[in-house]
Amino acid sequence: MTVIEARGLRKSFGTTVALDGVNLRVEEGRILGLIGPNGAGKTTALNAILGLTPYQGELKVLGRDPWAERDLLMRDVSFISDVAVLPRWLRVSQALDYVDGVHPRFDRAKAEGFLARTTIKRASRVRELSKGMVAQLHLALVMAIDARLLVLDEPTLGLDILYRKQFYDSLLNDYFDRSRTIIVTTHQVEEVQHVLTDLMFIDRGRIVFDCSMEEVESRYLEVAVRPEQIAAARALKPMHERQGIGRSTLLFDRADRQQLAALGEVHAPSIADLFVAVIGAQASSAQGAAR
Amino acid sequence: MNTQANVMHEPTMSSQIAPAPVPASRLFYWCVRRELWEHRAIYIAPLAAAGVFLAGFLISSVHLAGRMRAALALDAMHQHEKLAQPYDYAAGMVMLASLLVGLYYCLEALQSERRDRSILFWKSLPVSDRTTILAKAAVPLVIIPLLGWSITTVTQFAMLVVNSAVLAGSGLSVATLWARLSPIQMSLLLLYHLVTVHALWQAPIYGWLLMVSAWARRAAFLWATVPVLAIGIVEKMAFGSSYFGRMVGNRFAGGPEAMPMSDSFPTNPAMHLTPGHFLSSAGLWLGLAVTAAFLVAAIRLRRYRDPN
Repeated sequence: MTVIEARGLRKSFGTTVALDGVNLRVEEGRILGLIGPNGAGKTTALNAILGLTPYQGELKVLGRDPWAERDLLMRDVSFISDVAVLPRWLRVSQALDYVDGVHPRFDRAKAEGFLARTTIKRASRVRELSKGMVAQLHLALVMAIDARLLVLDEPTLGLDILYRKQFYDSLLNDYFDRSRTIIVTTHQVEEVQHVLTDLMFIDRGRIVFDCSMEEVESRYLEVAVRPEQIAAARALKPMHERQGIGRSTLLFDRADRQQLAALGEVHAPSIADLFVAVIGAQASSAQGAAR
Repeated sequence: MNTQANVMHEPTMSSQIAPAPVPASRLFYWCVRRELWEHRAIYIAPLAAAGVFLAGFLISSVHLAGRMRAALALDAMHQHEKLAQPYDYAAGMVMLASLLVGLYYCLEALQSERRDRSILFWKSLPVSDRTTILAKAAVPLVIIPLLGWSITTVTQFAMLVVNSAVLAGSGLSVATLWARLSPIQMSLLLLYHLVTVHALWQAPIYGWLLMVSAWARRAAFLWATVPVLAIGIVEKMAFGSSYFGRMVGNRFAGGPEAMPMSDSFPTNPAMHLTPGHFLSSAGLWLGLAVTAAFLVAAIRLRRYRDPN
């Protein structure tokens, strides 16, 4: 089943084009990472999907038009925008009461269960909690909602490493199953690498890369090449090259593994390296691209 | 996504069955409760006003017997005036606190959620912008008047009990006091005044403030007041008239059901209530139509305003 389908999605703010004809399709049961530089249109794309902003083009989320039916859509969609958006005056108990009051798919016992594992007190106000605890609270609320699509926009921004790790662990262990779909945007790509099933890069309002993680692993290879073999390696047309200490690392798309192994140590690229290669290639091919 | 081969076809039935949607009344109830959690001044301010007044009243009750004796010597009409005065002041204190809280609340109601970005949390829940705005409008138009009414009624009843105790203690007639100051009549007259003047007649003021609050990025107070002043000044300069200023003043003053004289309070039973006149006044319906337009604009603004 298709959870999100967008065709020719466009959105501009004055003369700035935030989304420049985005086409995308997300199937049920996937965990999609939407990665892009600042101002690439990530948040605008998510806002369109969540019905927070009007757009041009075609967009269906769970079969609904998000702009026209945001409130209905939100019965099946949850989102965490970043850790700072829970109102500071809200008490933990009030948050539970309110979501329980307005959300038909909220399971209060489940949320209480998640909270019991933390040190968060029911009577505390959000302003009294640490940033990590606010994230735990928000996650507890969201995980207790039986939603079909969860959208996370920089969910771990400003959290320390322990909370960040915990965040994705509980999401995978206590929430995700194959009937749910998750979209996550983040700058901390290394920590979602093992979580994702699909990867998308967005740059200047366009999807420039769209691939499942299985495909990423089979298609892309990185080789650390010693200087004496660099000419031979370059002849195989790497998509990106970066200099290390004493050797260069070359990234290949659909190259022969055997052939590469002769040049040096072969390994799978990290998302970050792949991102730099893809976006870098985009930037150099685009005229007057900013660095 | 080009991953059709990888798609896992395992639809679970549990998430396909939609639970019964939350009824609109329940959504509305929780939205109003949310407002009271955030803006506790809505009930604290009128309660504090009543508390301060009661404290003053209790302290002054040492002279009460003397004043009562003087009042009971007057004729019925003047008796009422004399006796009712502190009760009217009590109502006035609570009304003033309610008015200030209502104005402040409306300016904050839609701006603060954008300022702290919590609007993204509220919008992540299945509550429409219309429900949200109507719940926020209900605070100054329904909740605050009803709260003011209950607080005033309880306060006045407490005052009446103190008065009676003092009278009984000094051997004066309690019956006359209760005949002149029927608590039920005072309470009903106050309710009528609050509904007609504070809710219905002043509704456009609150509607305007809510709309400005949804619109202004900052300095909502200036956006709410400066354009109104500017229109008044331009009208004065261009046409030498001041219809606009008088119209705005009239909204605050209370229109056809407001106090007819400065010294007679709306709880005065001698004041003639004219609900027919009020309900048939064009100003009322025009005001309500303008309020509706402001609220529709506020709903649209909340929907279209970029959340980030």
